[in-house]
Amino acid sequence: MSELIIEPGRAEKNYFGDIWRYRELFYFLAWRDILVRYKQTVIGIAWAVIQPLLTTLVFTIVFHRIVNLTAPAGVPYFLVVMAAQLPWQFFSTSLGAASNSLVGNANLISKIYFPRLIIPAGSVVTSFVDFLITLGLVALTMAWYCYAPDWRLLTLPLFMALAFAAAFGSGLWLCALNVEYRDFRYVVPFIVQFGFFISPVGYLSAKIPERWRLLYSLNPMVGVIDGFRWALLRGQTALWWPGISISITVTAAVCASGIWYFRKMEKTFADVI
Amino acid sequence: MSDTVIRVENVGKRYRIRHQAERERYVALRDVIAHKFRIFPRGQAGCGNRRSEEDFWALRNVSFEVKRGEVIGIIGRNGAGKSTLLKILSRITEPAEGRIELRGRVASLLEVGTGFHPELTGRENIFLNGAILGMSRAEIQRKFDEIVAFAEIDKFLDTPVKRYSSGMYVRLAFAVAAHLEPEILIVDEVLAVGDAQFQKKCLGKMQEVSRGGRTVLFVSHNMGAVSSLCHRGIWLEAGKVADTGPTREIVDAYLSANSKAETSVTELSGLGRIGDYGRKLRIERLEWVSGLPLHHGEAISARLDFRVLQDVDDVSVGIGFSTLEGTRLLTYETDFQDGYRPSLRAGKSCRAEFSVPELVLAPGIYTVDIGSRSGDSYGLDYLPGLCHVEVAMGKKTPGYIVRQGAGVRMPGNCKILNGSSPQ
Repeated sequence: MSELIIEPGRAEKNYFGDIWRYRELFYFLAWRDILVRYKQTVIGIAWAVIQPLLTTLVFTIVFHRIVNLTAPAGVPYFLVVMAAQLPWQFFSTSLGAASNSLVGNANLISKIYFPRLIIPAGSVVTSFVDFLITLGLVALTMAWYCYAPDWRLLTLPLFMALAFAAAFGSGLWLCALNVEYRDFRYVVPFIVQFGFFISPVGYLSAKIPERWRLLYSLNPMVGVIDGFRWALLRGQTALWWPGISISITVTAAVCASGIWYFRKMEKTFADVI
Repeated sequence: MSDTVIRVENVGKRYRIRHQAERERYVALRDVIAHKFRIFPRGQAGCGNRRSEEDFWALRNVSFEVKRGEVIGIIGRNGAGKSTLLKILSRITEPAEGRIELRGRVASLLEVGTGFHPELTGRENIFLNGAILGMSRAEIQRKFDEIVAFAEIDKFLDTPVKRYSSGMYVRLAFAVAAHLEPEILIVDEVLAVGDAQFQKKCLGKMQEVSRGGRTVLFVSHNMGAVSSLCHRGIWLEAGKVADTGPTREIVDAYLSANSKAETSVTELSGLGRIGDYGRKLRIERLEWVSGLPLHHGEAISARLDFRVLQDVDDVSVGIGFSTLEGTRLLTYETDFQDGYRPSLRAGKSCRAEFSVPELVLAPGIYTVDIGSRSGDSYGLDYLPGLCHVEVAMGKKTPGYIVRQGAGVRMPGNCKILNGSSPQ
């Protein structure tokens, strides 16, 4: 028979074992979010296709036709934007979803015990489903342009993991802060909007002047987006290693500190939410 | 091996209350910044903006033990710490001090239908809710048919629950919960919802659970449910254990301590209602004009203040008295004598007055139900088991009635005709 001891500060121990034990709940919550997402919509899951397609189109028109930015030789600008739009959209939707996830599930948190970490994790996973749909869309677009990727495509999962870690880490910070300070629900749309301009979504990061490049790379999405472009577009956009390594370091730091802060705060979630 | 499955030792829970920030439920960042960067001290106490923090112990030095198979009723007034205790036992929040040992799988049911999603169908919600309550997918699949049969909703299995009536919703939610098979079950006030028949079914199911050797901790305001279900009672008062012992004794002690303290005015507007009750018409206040306790055989008068929120026709309101087990003994309704049922416009505040020349309830403790309906049967507002009142001996009450317990006692022409034995 299992024995459980409840004491102040006790939850620290076997924390990750608990998460494993509650994995079924994790699946169910993610499943619920996916199921609910497009209920009572007319075109349903088609939204996951229309959104990235239209934004990519608009960005291509704005940055390519109006601002006159150019892509590396032989690569359609539409694909350049699409390859960046893919991780960026994932990052921004999961940031929005994760930061509201705890407050949105307040009734669960104040009535049932489970490792709270599975809630923001679940919302990032839900956004990942949209990401996979967009990935399929990218594949179709590349087929349309008769643009075949090369061996670099095999590195894509690494950059996907990096994108996931960046979204998860910042999501943890924001959702934990949002429980206590509801100000953060106003901060998130701002971060997303701001982040769009300081991430190379509509343009290439090579456009950034050399001396600013290191500072620019502190944004974890810079490394992610550059990596996606490099992996999808046959390396025609060069990978800048110092930048990538900075992005990876920052992502790891955000992720680790996010988990630390979340765990520090989670004991009081039920009391303040 | 000992038979103790729950051991609670000196558990305490502290909350920090911020007096000024009470108007907002959450802290805004600006407050924290303003607080941290306050360079100039704010002068003396009494300055309007001063924020004071204070520790509030919702629970302190609470200790008790529960043996396997016991059903424990936890009673106490609102704010006595019952819910906090359950939250600590179900690990939702951490205690500030003390230690608890739990042996066995714990499931807690602090609310029916936790995590129900209105957009999902009944079928989907059974799986979701089951998982939230700690059942595995295989377990839910195995019990699925049983749950559906218990809830009596098989026709609506694939309808989103937002289209369910409140009764169906509660039945489905409880059905899932009733099929949990934990070693320790923690239940909070969930029986307050649902109709009487379904309540009985749920009580039966819970009794079945405890006969299976499982341990149940049960919080309720329904003293009838507590006394018929629980073996032992724990009475919490202001965060401390006031008394423990056999249920009947504890319930009696609790009731007699509290019915005297009961104020003659009860505010009702903030109380939760089941389903649609209170949406068109809301009863806001109950006042015992003649004071408490009530007295057998003497005049009582009471007032109900209510607000009409939507136009309603043929309104009547009433007060009912029930035994602690929930059986209605006596009802007073405004349309009983002359059938007068006014139609009322939205926005109106009304008052109903009840005046009874002679109360027929014998001395004892009763629960009060109040409600309102439109026409013969359409319920507008309903608050069953709202509070307890004590009926004390009146001036004319013969002493022997008290010993016979509660019920309705009124004069009639009843006589034993002949004292001698039959010939």
